[in-house]
Amino acid sequence: MHVMHILKIISLAVLLLTATGINADVPKPKPIHGEGQCVEPEDDMKRNHMEYILHQRDETMQKGIRTSKHSFKQCVSCHAVKDDNGEYVRIDDPSNKHFCATCHEFAAVSIDCFQCHADTPRSTDKHELRVNK
Amino acid sequence: MNKNDSLVDQKRRAILGGMGGTAAAIVGLTIAPGVLLTQTAQAKPVDEAISSKTRWGILIDTNNCNDCNDCVTACEEENGWGSGSTDEQKSRPDQKAQWIRTVKVTDKQTGYAKTLPMMCQHCEHPPCVDVCPTGASFKRDDGIVLVDKHICIGCRYCMMACPYKARSFIHETLTDQRSYMPRGKGTVESCTMCVHKVDNGENPACVDACSSSMTFGDLNDPDSEISKELARHGGTQIRADLRLNPGVRYQGLNF
Repeated sequence: MHVMHILKIISLAVLLLTATGINADVPKPKPIHGEGQCVEPEDDMKRNHMEYILHQRDETMQKGIRTSKHSFKQCVSCHAVKDDNGEYVRIDDPSNKHFCATCHEFAAVSIDCFQCHADTPRSTDKHELRVNK
Repeated sequence: MNKNDSLVDQKRRAILGGMGGTAAAIVGLTIAPGVLLTQTAQAKPVDEAISSKTRWGILIDTNNCNDCNDCVTACEEENGWGSGSTDEQKSRPDQKAQWIRTVKVTDKQTGYAKTLPMMCQHCEHPPCVDVCPTGASFKRDDGIVLVDKHICIGCRYCMMACPYKARSFIHETLTDQRSYMPRGKGTVESCTMCVHKVDNGENPACVDACSSSMTFGDLNDPDSEISKELARHGGTQIRADLRLNPGVRYQGLNF
C-alpha cells in the first residue's frame, strides 16, 4: 500500500514535468476574446462551435430564422481583430491573427467558410448587423 | 440550445401570437357593409420559420419604367456584385455575375418598345431545382428560389435549364463580399429577392430603388397591394407557355 502511494506520487511528478516541458516548447494559440460574454461557455464553444453554426446555417438559409445567437455573422463581428494600422485582419493574413486563424492554423485544420463569407465586418454593408438573441 | 431557452421562446411566441390577433382585430375596420379594410404586417418575428402561407412576388409595371438602370445599380450595391464590388477583375464581361439586367423588347412591325428588368423569376416549378444533381438549388417555403452554396458543385446545369438566363457562375476568388450575402468561386448564384431584407420585413433593394414601377408583396394574400393590382389590371408571365408560374409578373407588355 505504501509502495503504491509512492509510485503514484512519482508517476504524477513525471507527468507534470512532461506536461510543463510540452508547454514550454510549443506556444499555445491565444485567440482574442470578443467583447463581453460569449453566447455559450468557452469550453463548449471550443469543442462545438462548428455544430452551432452548422445548425444555424440551415435554420437561416432554409427557414429564414435570422436570430444572431449562433449566427456566423455575429461570430465574425464580435471576434474581429484589428492590426497596428487599425485595419481588420483578414483570414489569409500571414500573422495568423484573425480570430479563426489563431487556432485553425495551430491545429492545421483548414476551413473554407471564408471562400464565400466575409471574414471581417464590412464598411460596404448596407445594413447594420441586427442583434436579436 | 438548453431547455429553458426553448421554453422562453415558446412563451414569447404565444405572447406575440396573441398580440397579432389583437392587432388584426383593431386594424380590420368595417368601412361599409360587406367591405372590410384590412392591413396585414409583413414582418415576421426573427425566430419564426417562414411558411408556405406566404408567396413573395414582384410586379413590374413597364409602362412606368423610366428606362433607367436604378434597379440594377441598387442590386449591385446591396449584394456586392458588378459595380458594387472590387472583385471579378479577371473575368470577361460575359463571365461576370449578373443578377438583374435591363432588357429592351421591340415589336419590329409596329415599333412598340418596352424596357424591363429581367432577373430570377422565382418560379413555382423552377427548372433549376429540377435539374440540380446535389439539391443545392432549392425553393424556400415562401417561394424564393435560392442556391445553397455549401452543397453547390458548380456544374451549371441550372444555368442551362433556366429559360430566363438568370443565373451566373463565379469564375474567380472573391474577397469583397457583403457580410449578409456570401458569394464565392465555383458556385452559381442569382437574384435572392433580397432574402436577408425580406426576412426582416423589408422590400428588395430593386423595389426600394424604383417605387414607380415595382411592387413587392405576398401573392397569396388577396389584400396585399400586389394581389389587388394583379386582380384589377392583370399581369403577364414571361414564357407563360412553360407553365412555371413565376413569382415575378409584368404589366404593359402588350405586344
